Amino acid sequence: MTLPPTPVLATLAAILVLLVIATIAAAVLARRHPGPDATNLQLRVRTWWQMVSVFAAALLVGRTVSILFFALLSFLALKEYFSLIPTRRVDRRVLFWAYLAIPFQYLWVSWEWYGMFLAFIPVFCFLLLPVRMLAIGATEGYLKAAGTLQWGLMTTVFSLSHAAFLLILRPAADPARVVGPGLVLLLVLLTELNDIAQYLWGKAIGREPIAPKVSPNKTRAGFLGGLATTTIVGSLIGPLLSPLGTAASAGASLLIACGGFVGDLNISAVKRDLGIKDSGTALPGHGGILDRVDSLTYTAPLFFHLVYVMERWQTYGGSVWWRP
Amino acid sequence: MAALSSRRGRGLLRQAFFLLLVRPFLALVIGLNVRHPERLPRSGPALVVANHNSHLDVLVLLSLFPLRLLPRLQPVAAADYFLRNRWLAWFSTRLIGIVPIERGGGTAHRDPLAPVEAALAEGAIVILFPEGTRGEPEVLGPLRSGVAHLLQRHPQLAATPVFLHGLGKALPRGEALLVPFFCDVVVGDAHRWCGDRRRCLAELERELTALAAELDRPEWN
Repeated sequence: MTLPPTPVLATLAAILVLLVIATIAAAVLARRHPGPDATNLQLRVRTWWQMVSVFAAALLVGRTVSILFFALLSFLALKEYFSLIPTRRVDRRVLFWAYLAIPFQYLWVSWEWYGMFLAFIPVFCFLLLPVRMLAIGATEGYLKAAGTLQWGLMTTVFSLSHAAFLLILRPAADPARVVGPGLVLLLVLLTELNDIAQYLWGKAIGREPIAPKVSPNKTRAGFLGGLATTTIVGSLIGPLLSPLGTAASAGASLLIACGGFVGDLNISAVKRDLGIKDSGTALPGHGGILDRVDSLTYTAPLFFHLVYVMERWQTYGGSVWWRP
Repeated sequence: MAALSSRRGRGLLRQAFFLLLVRPFLALVIGLNVRHPERLPRSGPALVVANHNSHLDVLVLLSLFPLRLLPRLQPVAAADYFLRNRWLAWFSTRLIGIVPIERGGGTAHRDPLAPVEAALAEGAIVILFPEGTRGEPEVLGPLRSGVAHLLQRHPQLAATPVFLHGLGKALPRGEALLVPFFCDVVVGDAHRWCGDRRRCLAELERELTALAAELDRPEWN
């Protein structure tokens, strides 16, 4: 076990301090204004403790555990998705094969096989899973089944696995330098901060709904307030946690704020289509796994590709892909 | 004395099996969403009546209770199926703790419910699948009258209905391949003898259907 660089540890410590403050604030609020809102806030904060603990532990223990953490996240999100959507009885075994994509996708990450990592789900799973369905031969509802299957894999496995690929990036100029944990922490921290900031700004000064049909609670002021907060915090901590400079960090923060907003709306639209409020009950106070990682399904691939083109990495162009 | 200590040892093995294998497996691979767990009985004798779609049903029901109650939990299962060979019989009686009963109704000489009544007399929480079989996945079949007979013979006995959803998708009858799905468990209010066997069964069936209606169950056909 080698500890991640000091800025990563310092940021994790700062998050712990923030959680302590949030816990005390929620307790004081529950004292002064008891009610379902205060109870829900306390529940939310308690679940944040659990999520932060697991994430921090995964980041601290090392590369393999961090990759396994994201693989588990993909599994839980995909399982939740398959449990929510209408599926065909005949496709039970096809869903099993779809689950098998998860260990493979994260194996490519662990092998640093960039080309396969990019092609596996959008190309090979896209082409091969229908073959299993064709072998079964049921054509009624075929397009819907094949379409929703691929959508789920893209959202919960392909997109989220980009966070894991950030972990294994090594600068071409100095391959020994560990930058992965910092990049992942920056991505996850800014994504979650943006979620919270959008929510708080919206509650405080939000009036005009920004997407009334998809998510009536989201407001223009909430979105802009979140964007500003994320960009300011991101440009300050980006240069500490990652090889990005201040300007690039600000750009990445803007991308995360906008991407997170769309990712959130994306899952909201799915839930509205299915006629449900929360995607599950796995995270008390927050809803389901998909409710929590909705923004990350957009920010992870967007942030990854921004970082990937900004620097030269050792795996660039897939020239170095096998490193046992 | 020897019988007592071996019984305690068996209880520990069963608790270890659930603590170390069944519960982590259910938490990771399945994932349960339990509604109204506070309605479950906390002591025996009591009946828990659930719909039946999968071999996983019994593992899930046994995991709903605190570990210390495990020695009291006894699922009713068909002797011809679960005792059909030594290994399965050992697993069924030692680890799952089944009360084996003969299927196909009683004869003049043998009352098929006698082993269940013996377990209840010892203060067990008996788990019963009144459909009698796993049947079509995710479809509630007609209830058999055994549970009504038990309620009639023991008017003070309470039967708690539990509706299970999703396990028939994860591992239906006739399939050996488990496909992960989140599953729902909805616990209903306890029912007692109502004066008429047919009415008792109809009430339980209505209750299970009402519990199912609490859930958003996506289409699966």
